[in-house]
Amino acid sequence: MSALLLQLMNGLSYGVLLFIITSGITIVFGILGVLNLAHGSLYVLGSYIGYSLIMEAGLPFWVALMAVPILIAIIGLVLEIVMLRPTYKLGHLSQVLLTFGLAYIFHDIFSMMWGKNILVVNPPEALNVSVEIAGNAIPAYRLALIVIGIVMAVLLWYTQEKTKWGAVIRAGLSDKEMVGGLGVNIHFVFTCVFFLGSLMAGLGGVLGSPILGVFPGMEFQILILSLVVLVVGGLGSVTGTFIASLLVGFVETFSRYFVPELSLIITFALMALVLVARPQGLTGRRVA
Amino acid sequence: MKNFKRNGSILILLVLLLSACSSGAINTSTSKEKTKGKTNDNSPIKIGALLPSTGVYASLGENLLNGMNLYFEEQNFEVAGKKIEIIHEDTEADPQVALRKLRKLTDQDQIDILTGPVSTAVAYAIRDEVDSKKLPFLDSHAGGNDLTRAKRSNYIYRSSFSSWQIGHSMGEWAYKNIGKKIYVTAADYAFGHEVAEAFKEAYTKAGGQIAGEVYPPLGNNDYSSYLGKMNQKGIDGIYAFYAGSDAVRFVQQYDQYGLKGKIPLIGSGWLTAEDTRPQQGTSPEGIKASIFWDYSLDTPENKAFVQAYEKKYNKRPSIESAEGYDAAMILAEAIKKLDGDVSDPNKLVETISSIEINSPRGPIKFDKETHNVIQNLYIVETGIVNGKTENKVIDTIPQVVDPGK
Repeated sequence: MSALLLQLMNGLSYGVLLFIITSGITIVFGILGVLNLAHGSLYVLGSYIGYSLIMEAGLPFWVALMAVPILIAIIGLVLEIVMLRPTYKLGHLSQVLLTFGLAYIFHDIFSMMWGKNILVVNPPEALNVSVEIAGNAIPAYRLALIVIGIVMAVLLWYTQEKTKWGAVIRAGLSDKEMVGGLGVNIHFVFTCVFFLGSLMAGLGGVLGSPILGVFPGMEFQILILSLVVLVVGGLGSVTGTFIASLLVGFVETFSRYFVPELSLIITFALMALVLVARPQGLTGRRVA
Repeated sequence: MKNFKRNGSILILLVLLLSACSSGAINTSTSKEKTKGKTNDNSPIKIGALLPSTGVYASLGENLLNGMNLYFEEQNFEVAGKKIEIIHEDTEADPQVALRKLRKLTDQDQIDILTGPVSTAVAYAIRDEVDSKKLPFLDSHAGGNDLTRAKRSNYIYRSSFSSWQIGHSMGEWAYKNIGKKIYVTAADYAFGHEVAEAFKEAYTKAGGQIAGEVYPPLGNNDYSSYLGKMNQKGIDGIYAFYAGSDAVRFVQQYDQYGLKGKIPLIGSGWLTAEDTRPQQGTSPEGIKASIFWDYSLDTPENKAFVQAYEKKYNKRPSIESAEGYDAAMILAEAIKKLDGDVSDPNKLVETISSIEINSPRGPIKFDKETHNVIQNLYIVETGIVNGKTENKVIDTIPQVVDPGK
């Protein structure tokens, strides 16, 4: 029983970690409809800058947690204005080519600046312990992540569903021209959403690094995970991403425990199953 | 609304595309590093180095090359009156790419000797080409058993190790010093399985019992559920084969989930390698691992090597740096014995087979039958010195010979 409880906690913490990592790309792609394949790179850049601030400059974890997301968001903002904005008219293919190219450029910059080895960030002192729950040791940092992830999910959900800003964003996705015609500066809205998405990438980068570490090439792993969660959860909703993250987290954790040989396949099988049964994703809106 | 449908299908395409080529996706740069490309009237001896400088094995490739360059620099890139030229090509740890780069090295650069690679898959892929072209090939890292067994070639020698040597050496020792029931875990790829098999073979032969096995995928990021499986009552230890980022995450999570101090962890040297430990904090304390070279080896050869390496690169050598250094030394000795004439590949491989040196890892020579290296394996234990982890050699298993089948 206690072993199952441990796996339950593992599944939960892994699922929430997935949500923290993938929430940024959900916002940008799921809500904005802009395909940013360099999103994983922004996450990894966040981890690296976090590493430099915490492990090299010796700043407290919390400082990095504040500073890095803002820095990443500003970098994302510049990318959006300078490079992505001209592609909105051109469609997804040019976005894919452009942002995938960017991902490669980032990849080389990472190896040049931080080397090719894996780097790991220490969690804050207070959380660098294990907590005993029902006879099982669970790292306190993971428990903290569960709380942070849930708070993030609630905040994002509230912004998207209950505020005027959220309404404008949702409307902008359905019909850009009409929203523009109603007197909303849609470019500005897009920029803001992109800013928020990059902020999430930076936040994910700092929060994820004590567990996952960071190394060049990781951006592609992050990207695949994000896309799987997106497909399972469906586009355009924070709730869907949250549910999908937890589902993928639980499925992966339990399949590793019961049938470790198949754990890789099962995650993708889940994705395929969702695609067959509900092509719009678990909570995605029906395709018109 | 029509966007949703298009977005969705693009998304699916991308997932498929990316998951198919996630490791191969990082294939942009090709590097040509010509070291001391002096033109001379007597032509230089060209050594081709097929080593990855991009992709997952990039840091291993870099360290191997550093080790080689260090040795040849000590000789001023001159052996037996001949200039030595190292031509490096990036394999990207991809068999297809490696084969293409090998052809470039043989056809365009006309190399005399080949060394590398890191990936066993690459070694197997280039094996036939090397064999049919009669190109002397000194394998300086890839440890797949078959290269010196079923896929053995007259022109292939291996100075690094075979997976069997790594796993087998720990088996008997673990039974005598750790306990009678052990859980085995390794990364799910050919090398991981080979090491685990060799360990199990030696451990059960000594009388030990395997409590269970689990093989998480390579590049796995969360070991919590696997650790939950291993955390059983009545087992005496866990044998683990992980390297690089896997080793960092596994060892850290082994500590965080409270197994450290409860179930001893043993494994291969990559679990606590010199370039891995700094990222593991104090978690690896107490781990015992088997490996053929360690930073702490107390021999004059190793001390000199470590000192020279730290002076040149301003960091500690890794296992791969030592491998690169040894491979360079073996080639240099062979060239010396031939007085600089490497034109006959048959003579060259024959000479390589007779090389016996005292390298930083101790005395090494080649098995004339299998062409695999015969070397000491060391049991190292990780302890804490001044707040940092350090390895210490606690036992030596002398002159381990791969059975060759």
